[in-house]
Amino acid sequence: MAVTKDTILEYVRNEYLEDGDDREVTYDTPLISGGIVDSFSMVSLKVFLETKYNVSIPDAKATPEAFDSVDNIIALLKELGIE
Amino acid sequence: MAYSEEVRKALSDEVTGIKTAGLFKEERAICAPQDSEIEVQYPIGSAEKKVINMCANNYLGLSSHPEVVAAAHKGLDHRGYGMSSVRFICGTQDIHKELEAKLTEFLGTEDTILFPSCFDANAGVFEAVLTDQDVMIADRLIHASIVDGIRLAKAQKDTFKHSDMKHLEEKLILHQDKRIRLIITDGAFSMDGDLAKLDVIVQLAEKYNAMVFIDEAHTSGYIGKTGRGTAEHFGVMGKVDIISTTLGKALGGASGGCISGRKEIVELCRQRGRPYLFSNAVAPSIVEASMTVLDIISRTTERRDKLEANTAFWRKSLTEAGLIIKAGETAIVPVMLFNAKLSQDFSKDLFAEGIYAVGFFFPVVPKGQARIRTQLSAAHDMHHLEKALDAFVKVGKKYEILGKTKQEIIDRYGM
Repeated sequence: MAVTKDTILEYVRNEYLEDGDDREVTYDTPLISGGIVDSFSMVSLKVFLETKYNVSIPDAKATPEAFDSVDNIIALLKELGIE
Repeated sequence: MAYSEEVRKALSDEVTGIKTAGLFKEERAICAPQDSEIEVQYPIGSAEKKVINMCANNYLGLSSHPEVVAAAHKGLDHRGYGMSSVRFICGTQDIHKELEAKLTEFLGTEDTILFPSCFDANAGVFEAVLTDQDVMIADRLIHASIVDGIRLAKAQKDTFKHSDMKHLEEKLILHQDKRIRLIITDGAFSMDGDLAKLDVIVQLAEKYNAMVFIDEAHTSGYIGKTGRGTAEHFGVMGKVDIISTTLGKALGGASGGCISGRKEIVELCRQRGRPYLFSNAVAPSIVEASMTVLDIISRTTERRDKLEANTAFWRKSLTEAGLIIKAGETAIVPVMLFNAKLSQDFSKDLFAEGIYAVGFFFPVVPKGQARIRTQLSAAHDMHHLEKALDAFVKVGKKYEILGKTKQEIIDRYGM
């Protein structure tokens, strides 16, 4: 399946923004360093990406930096050969 | 030299940074036993001022109760000052086992183990019980001690949106491939004052073959018809697998905590729980006093009934006065101010009016969510609450926030 920024952005908004949270989240919004995704919640993002794009993300690559924005996630997937 | 001038300067700059950001916390000195009215030095070293305390976890007003104090004296006289030992070496007295049995009976579980604090209980339990084949699925607003305990455990970690049962269900479905699924929640969320939807959590746990952990630190003693906590409130006593709670809030207010629940889980805490294995036994005076607290609240519900009435009055009155509070059922009532400096200034002005309530801001609560967290007590009488209300209204008028919306307050004071 082709990777789209919007699919990942939609997942992030649905998964991590609570009702009434009106923070703007875009492709370059800091997710981990911005406090939107905490370290415990990263696992569900990893599982989503692996399931959606049929890819295995090595633990060494699933870092807070790699997941810190939708743009960063796209770059990580590209590095793993998923575009 | 380990502590060089360079290191000293770097750390000093960190402290300065906290002050510059308006996030520096100051202690006050209380020169009296904990109660609804106390004498306080603020700043420390200044003249003592008599104030009404609106920010203690002294929910049942037992922190300085003469019966509780007498029981502590009895503990000192009959069992000494301290054990100078961890429990499993030579730190267990007969009264420790007696208190564990009383807590088991009070909470309606199979067994209980004491820890030096509930923070320690939460730090130790997950690592002692779970493996990397298991998953912990935690509410996103759990207490800091549970966050630390989860970090220490080898089990996998996931979270669900605060009190969002639909999201919890999605996570339970997602993790059906794990050996154990443990749902983790506070009973009362300590910064917001709302209760976990424990009845639904237990239903989901039964449907998806999961266990339930609940931290009852802010509910033991007064939530539920006889004060047995969130589990009693929702009619699910006996269905929660692990309960942690504290002796440092409603149940006396000194220190000490416990894990209570399924007997195998408690035994694993006894065999492997690091804070239990490597930290000192609870002092005899605290053990005796805690047993007396349980006796007091088991023979009458008058204290928790009075607290319930005080809470209803306080919530209604603040709302009618035009202050924004977080909805909830507990004696924790946050008055929302959103801006950190505003919460600090508001607290200082309340103190000048004779009311002791502290501003909470980042990192204790998220940025932009600063508040004054008020807490009710059975030791409050109506004249205390009326005086406190007058002060909140007066200070609220000063800062022109009465009747304002969240956005209006943020527009004026920033986040």
